Parts: sequence; C-alpha cells; structure tokens
Amino acid sequence: MSFATKRLGKELSKINNSLPPGIELVSADNFEEWFLDIRVLDNNPLYANQVYRLKFKFSAQYPIEPPEVVFVKLANRPIPIHPHIYSNGIICLDLLGQQGWSPVQNVESICMSLQSMLTGNNKDERPAGDEEFVRGNRLRPKDIDFYYHDNNV
Amino acid sequence: MDTDDDFMSNVSSEEEDMMPDDSDNDLSGDDDFDFDDEPDPDIDMQQDFGQKKKAAYDITFKVYQPQDIQKQQDDLIKEVNMILDINKEEAAILLRHFRWNKERLIEDYMEKPSQVLEAAGLSESSAEAPRLKSIPGFVCDICCEDEEGLQSFALKCGHRYCVDCYRQYLAQKIVEEGEAARIQCPSDDCNLIIDARSLDLLVTQDLTDRYHKLLNRTYVEDRDSLKWCPAPDCQNVVECGIKKKDLTRIVPTVACLCSMRFCFGCPNEDHQPAPCDLVKKWLKKCADDSETANWISANTKECPKCNSTIEKNGGCNHMTCRKCKHEFCWMCMGLWSEHGTSWYNCNRFEEKSGTEARDAQAKSRVSLERYLHYYNRYANHEQSARLDKEMYLKTEKKMVQLQKESGMSWIEVQYLNSASQALQTCRRTLMWTYAFAFYLARNNLTEIFEDNQKDLEMAVESLSEMFEKPVQELADSKLKVDIMDKTSYCNKRRVILLDDTAQNLAEGRWTFNVEFTNPTPISNTKGSSSRR
Ligand SMILES: [Zn+2]
Ligand SMILES: [Zn+2]
Ligand SMILES: [Zn+2]
Ligand SMILES: [Zn+2]
Ligand SMILES: [Zn+2]
Ligand SMILES: [Zn+2]
Repeated sequence: MSFATKRLGKELSKINNSLPPGIELVSADNFEEWFLDIRVLDNNPLYANQVYRLKFKFSAQYPIEPPEVVFVKLANRPIPIHPHIYSNGIICLDLLGQQGWSPVQNVESICMSLQSMLTGNNKDERPAGDEEFVRGNRLRPKDIDFYYHDNNV
Repeated sequence: MDTDDDFMSNVSSEEEDMMPDDSDNDLSGDDDFDFDDEPDPDIDMQQDFGQKKKAAYDITFKVYQPQDIQKQQDDLIKEVNMILDINKEEAAILLRHFRWNKERLIEDYMEKPSQVLEAAGLSESSAEAPRLKSIPGFVCDICCEDEEGLQSFALKCGHRYCVDCYRQYLAQKIVEEGEAARIQCPSDDCNLIIDARSLDLLVTQDLTDRYHKLLNRTYVEDRDSLKWCPAPDCQNVVECGIKKKDLTRIVPTVACLCSMRFCFGCPNEDHQPAPCDLVKKWLKKCADDSETANWISANTKECPKCNSTIEKNGGCNHMTCRKCKHEFCWMCMGLWSEHGTSWYNCNRFEEKSGTEARDAQAKSRVSLERYLHYYNRYANHEQSARLDKEMYLKTEKKMVQLQKESGMSWIEVQYLNSASQALQTCRRTLMWTYAFAFYLARNNLTEIFEDNQKDLEMAVESLSEMFEKPVQELADSKLKVDIMDKTSYCNKRRVILLDDTAQNLAEGRWTFNVEFTNPTPISNTKGSSSRR
C-alpha cells in the first residue's frame, strides 16, 4: 500500500462520516482522483446560488506533496470568477504550491480554504494575463511557478 | 614573459576574513598601475613599488575550491559558537539567517537574543535536545498511523510526526525542491527550522551528503561577494568585492583556476572593455534586431568580382576567391591590397553628413546602417574565434602526425596552442570593442580608442592568417618565430587597448550615447524565513 493510499483511506472514511456545510463528496472511486462540490455559505453576489466542482489529483507522495486541485467546468458547474482563479480552472493559491503546502493539510481543509477564498472576494475579475495564460499554458498546475503576490484576496 | 600571462594568473590575495558589504576596498586600480615595457608618462607613480604590478582593468579577486568553502563555513560557525555560547547547529542557522554577516549577527544577538532566535526559526525553549520517541496513544497527523510503539519525532515546538513521515517530508524538500537551509517543521504555519543535528538523526546518509552540498550552495548564493564559476563541471567559487555601484566605472573580469574567464558583475563571460550595462543593452538589441542583422552576418558572401559564392572557413578576413583569385576583405568587401594602409575604413563607421540625415527615412536607414556596421564586426569576431579554434584543432592533429614522422618534440609546437589562445582572447576583446564603440559618443578620446582597436585587429588578422598556412610551412622555424612574435604582439596590443579603455572608464572620461540604467543596490536584508 502506498504512502498516499493509507492516508487517503483514513481521510475518506472521515469524509464519508461528515463534511462541513457547503462541501460535498461527488466521487472517490480510487486513490488518484476525487471530485468534490463546494459552495459559499454567505450571500456574496458573485457566487450566490452556484455550486463549483473541484478535481483533486493525488500523487503517490501525497500528503508530502500537495495534491493538484483545479475547478472543472460542466454545464451546471461554472468556474468561479476570482482574481486568483484562471478561466481554465487553475488556482493560484500558495497553500497548493510546494512552498506553502504542509502535509498536515488535507482534502477537507483545502475545500474550506477555497470556500473562504471565494467568500472573502468582492472583485469580479480574472487574474492579470488570464487570456494569454489560458491560451499558452500546457503545464500541469504543480509545475507552474505562481508568484503569490497577494494572499489577502 | 608576456604581460597577458601576468594578468591571467593574477589571483591576488586578501585577508582571510570576508569583507563586510559596505567596505570600501580599492577596485579602481588606477593608482598602482604600470606595465612592463610602455610606461605611460601621464601616470603618477607615487605608489608603493613593492606592490604587484596591476593594469587598470585588473581587479582583486580570489578563487576558492570546494574544501575552502567548507572550511570558511566551519570557521564562522565555530567562532559564533564560541562567542555566543550556543551550539553549532544553532550557530549555523543563525549565520544563514544573517546571510553569513557574523558581525551583525553577534551585535543583534547581544542586544535582543530572543527576537533573533525567533526570527531565525529557533525556539528559545531550553527543552532537551530532540530525539526519537515512542509515545503511547500517539497518532501521526500526516499518515494517520496510530500503531503501538510508533517512533516519532518533534522539534522544540512539539509538533510530532512519525519518523517515516518525517523522512518522506525531508526527502521531498532535499531531493525534489533542493531546499536545505530553511526546511521548516512540517506543521502548518510553524516556522521552526530543522537543524543539522535533527537532520542527521532523521535522514539516511545519501541525503545527508546532498543536504550538505545544498548548504554550500546557499552559502555562496547568500553572499554578494561570492559567485560560482560558470564553467560546466567546475565547483570553484570566486570572491570579489565589486559592488553594483562600481559597475559603471569598472568591468570586473575574473579568471577561475580552470581558466574560465567571466564577469563578476553580470551573468556573462568576459566582456571587457564594455561595461555590464552596455553589454546588457547590446545583447538585448541584437536579440531584437536579429532578423534584420542576420542576413548580413551569414556565412557566405559573393565574390565582388565574379559573384561566385564564397564560404568563410577560417577566421581571417583576407579572402581569396577560389575561382578568379580576387583578393578582398570579408568585412567591407573592399580590395585587400588597399588594406595594408587603410584598415581604418574597416573599423570605424563614418558618420553620414547632416544633410542626408535630415530626411527621416534616410536617418533611420543611417541608424540601421550604423548598427549593422558594429554588429557585423562584432558577429564576425565571434564567428572567427570559432573558426580559428576549429582551424587550430585541425592543425594540431596534423602537427601530431608530423611530429611522429619527423621526431619533433611536443614542446616545440606548444607555440601553436599559445597562438590559438591569444586569438580567442583577443577576438573576444575585439568583439566587445565593437559593442562598446556602438554606444560611444565621439570625443577627443575616441580616436585613440579606434587606433588601439585597429592595431589589435590588424595584429589579430595577421596572426590568424599565419595560422592558416599549410602544416609543412608551420613546422618551419622561421614561421614559428614569426607566430610567436605575433602572438605576444597581439597580447600586448590587447593589454594596451584594455588598459586605456579601463582607465578612462574609471575616471569617467568616456561619454556614451545612452544612459546607464541605474544599478539597483544589492539588497542586504537579513534572510527571510517565513513561509510564502
Ligand atoms: Zn506518519
Ligand atoms: Zn512545529
Ligand atoms: Zn572554474
Ligand atoms: Zn558584466
Ligand atoms: Zn571571384
Ligand atoms: Zn575591409
């Protein structure tokens, strides 16, 4: 059993028991890829009445390595507008990068961080350079060197 | 001996102790300058004659090998360990936090020890030294393991994880992220740094070695006065006290023990006599204008007389058309016979008259022409240096063969190697004289510069031409003496040119047609340890 499998097994049994409000498990068929839905709990007009789909990808080194987390677009699941979320679903958040990640974080705590990242935002905008980035990017999120210039947004 | 050798091996010594960053050490070099056979009457010689002779372009630097770098760190750590009465691991962390500025560390620590420890990620608690423990009822927060007798570890902060998770975490940091000096406790938002002793306790031997290598890297990278030799496979470090603000007045070329010559002020190889900022501007301009310029620097040209295609295969500018035997200059396509006396027209761009320049279109054409004039010559020397080298390697091969057949000793052909070295170095200098000249505004000194450039260029081209002689002729002792003479003449011309240029630069006597970009001062803040 790989390092990640043991830990993810424990996380899954905890998630199946209970999850904080606004977070729902969609599928966890293996220990490589999970899907969860999140929504904000307040009335922030930017995100009201919307549900967003998150895709988690785990390496065998999880949780020593951070998981790859992106928003995915479906008919009823848009990509939330946010100055740190690109329109292709890639998220620029320091806790998901190698420098900001701590192995004591988990799927649940990531979902909660993303929830509060949305709740706290009032800017109806994409990151600077979104268009070029989305057009040009072929890298996987973990290989992108984001510059986390503003952690308060 | 020749002056160039003198300069190449000038690895001057200085106090073992590192210079503090704001020390005002003498880099201008203009007060103890003198050289062998051409004393310049303008230079006052009130200086100490016992000192090693230095040219104006020489700077003080020192080369360290890996073991020296280790020793420097060990010595500093030992010193802080004794003065502050803290253990060596903590002394090392503090030194890294202060970017190895021992004086500032000691001063700050004496004043406010707890703040200093906290900022460096060292907890003040005097709890026992960390060790592996198995604690009943312990659950690891990383792997969720709760097995009885599980070995665990915690730093002074008490964030405890199982040994297996710790090892995985450290391997990730060391191997994947190349992190060493600032690995923090795995807990979220805990800034405590894992010290060398804890590391030794936790990781396997192969990682310990890696870790120490990485620590050496941070030691060099954290100090503005140290720089890695950029030669591939070279592990040496050069120390030089040059500051960013000095770079408008001096071009700090240093030479590693491996013979690599590079600039201490910027990421490029040796680019004397052009100052770093002009080099940066020039390289950017060349990259931007490369398409316009490329056609003209191509490898092939047409013979001006019979139009057959001629390929340049040696470094020399003297071209002879294989078909019609027309002799011409590769640079200007002019008759070679005219070049004995008028090389002048080949290295200086004649500014066009004002009437023509009034027309905007003509003006932009003139400015392109002007750029291409310098770019052409710059690119030509770069290319010729490569071709000279190829020619040398070919010749060397043939020489070895000739030696076998004729019984000549190896030493007897070393002069070819010296000649090849001289060609490389001189062409490199010439290359950069053209970038320099492009930005140079005319004043009463530019003519001397152009004369020096022309003299060096002529010497280089004639040496390059000698080099292209068939091997049988090269082995002839008359030609050998000529080549040796020309080699030392080239080296001498180079020294004269560099020295004159460097002296005027140091004294601010050149005027440039661009502004120097203001150098940003090297930041000297204490290392940041917070997780970003
Ligand atoms: Zn564990
Ligand atoms: Zn901790
Ligand atoms: Zn070297
Ligand atoms: Zn430079
Ligand atoms: Zn011809
Ligand atoms: Zn010419």
